Amino acid sequence: MRVVALAIAVTAVLAALGARADDTGEKEIERYRAMISDPMSNPGFLSVDRGELLWALARGKKAVSLETCDLGESPGKLEGAYARLPRYFADADRVMDVEQRLLWCMQTVQELDTKDVVARRFSKPGIESDMEDLVAYIANKSTGMKIEPQASKPQEREVAAVGEALFYRRAGVNDFSCATCHGDIGKRIRLQQLPDLFHASKAAQETMASWPTYRVSQSALRTLQHRMWDCFRQQRWPEPDYGADSITALIMFLNQQAAGGELAVPSIKR
Amino acid sequence: MKILIAPAMIGWLALVVTAQAQEAARPDAALVEKYLAATFSKASPEWLARIKPDETLAVCNTYRNNVPAAEAEKIVQLEMAKVVLPKDGKFLGDWKAGFKVANDGRGGQFSDPPGTVSGGNCYACHQLDPAEVSYGTLGPSLKGYGKDRNFSGVDAKAAFIKIFDSQAVLACSNMPRFGANKVLSEQQIKDLVAYLFDPASPVNK
Repeated sequence: MRVVALAIAVTAVLAALGARADDTGEKEIERYRAMISDPMSNPGFLSVDRGELLWALARGKKAVSLETCDLGESPGKLEGAYARLPRYFADADRVMDVEQRLLWCMQTVQELDTKDVVARRFSKPGIESDMEDLVAYIANKSTGMKIEPQASKPQEREVAAVGEALFYRRAGVNDFSCATCHGDIGKRIRLQQLPDLFHASKAAQETMASWPTYRVSQSALRTLQHRMWDCFRQQRWPEPDYGADSITALIMFLNQQAAGGELAVPSIKR
Repeated sequence: MKILIAPAMIGWLALVVTAQAQEAARPDAALVEKYLAATFSKASPEWLARIKPDETLAVCNTYRNNVPAAEAEKIVQLEMAKVVLPKDGKFLGDWKAGFKVANDGRGGQFSDPPGTVSGGNCYACHQLDPAEVSYGTLGPSLKGYGKDRNFSGVDAKAAFIKIFDSQAVLACSNMPRFGANKVLSEQQIKDLVAYLFDPASPVNK
């Protein structure tokens, strides 16, 4: 009896120690996140500043700026635009995310050949990305606002439904879908915690409300187009085209799961 | 036992009900494929072929992995027929080589240089060597796997089959079909089985 009691006591102490070690680890990660989240030390805000200049820069055959570009609220209005993207645009007769819409504005408002802009869609050391900087600037204008997925138009509902179907569609040499990694609660890959995105959740809100983000490991500001591109890579799927409608569909679906999440962008991550 | 089964049943029923609720809003499959067809303009035919689900995955996708029993049975049969057992009848390779395969996450990504040999990336989802703290939890812990099974030859064969084709054991398993999809070679799978079943392997320490 005494042996059993001792064993139980030892187990309880070990469990408590283990729990404390986990707590300490998580608190340390929390502390690290709080430390790097300071806007004064987040290099993502350099992108915001560059984006502001690019927004006002006259370019293209028409030699005009993007200041009359309609991101859904009204021409030139940026406040709250990102929080409600992707959305349906009657002028293009398409549901577009912020990056598709920016390309559309460059092509139609500025008559800019976007080949070079698309080639530089993801920044590299020594090569800046106009898209990343513009998205950082535009998204920052929705900071503090809640993610409001648009569903009043049938086109928007269709895109969200396609996004959901894609989330569950398994393929590739490893038979992976988005749900393989993001279809359960509290799981991780190696030590990386995986947000559960398969149902409307706080995890989904926190995830979607933190993009665009400055990735410390990549020394670059990254947008949702890049995040999805990287997911496809890890899913062992082919490389997706930048601004593909299927990516917009996935973003639309994920924003639905994240509805009400309060944007704080650009954030900063590992 | 009954006490355990009751909540499990309720959970299962809830899943079925949720799945049906979701099904109502599902778009036409052809529409989803249309979106996908406009996604990979630079992909080679070989890469495009990879995103076409085979017969088994098509069923898994229809049911979002919650396959009815009859369909599950068909999948297990279909996948079991794909399993190629080693001709020499040996299931255990070299556990040290097995560790390398378990620890290697390379291969299969569009960013990989041509000719990259794929690893099994087992640690991404499973605990194996108890001394390794960096392990994932998408799959069950495999700590002490061989030891817990008394290093049984029958269980080693079952592990070979599971790694070769997870769906030959469990329909619509989340685990990749490493042998059937030609991600890992027979030798790599044998080495992994040794990593699980060799008494000298740290998995069993």
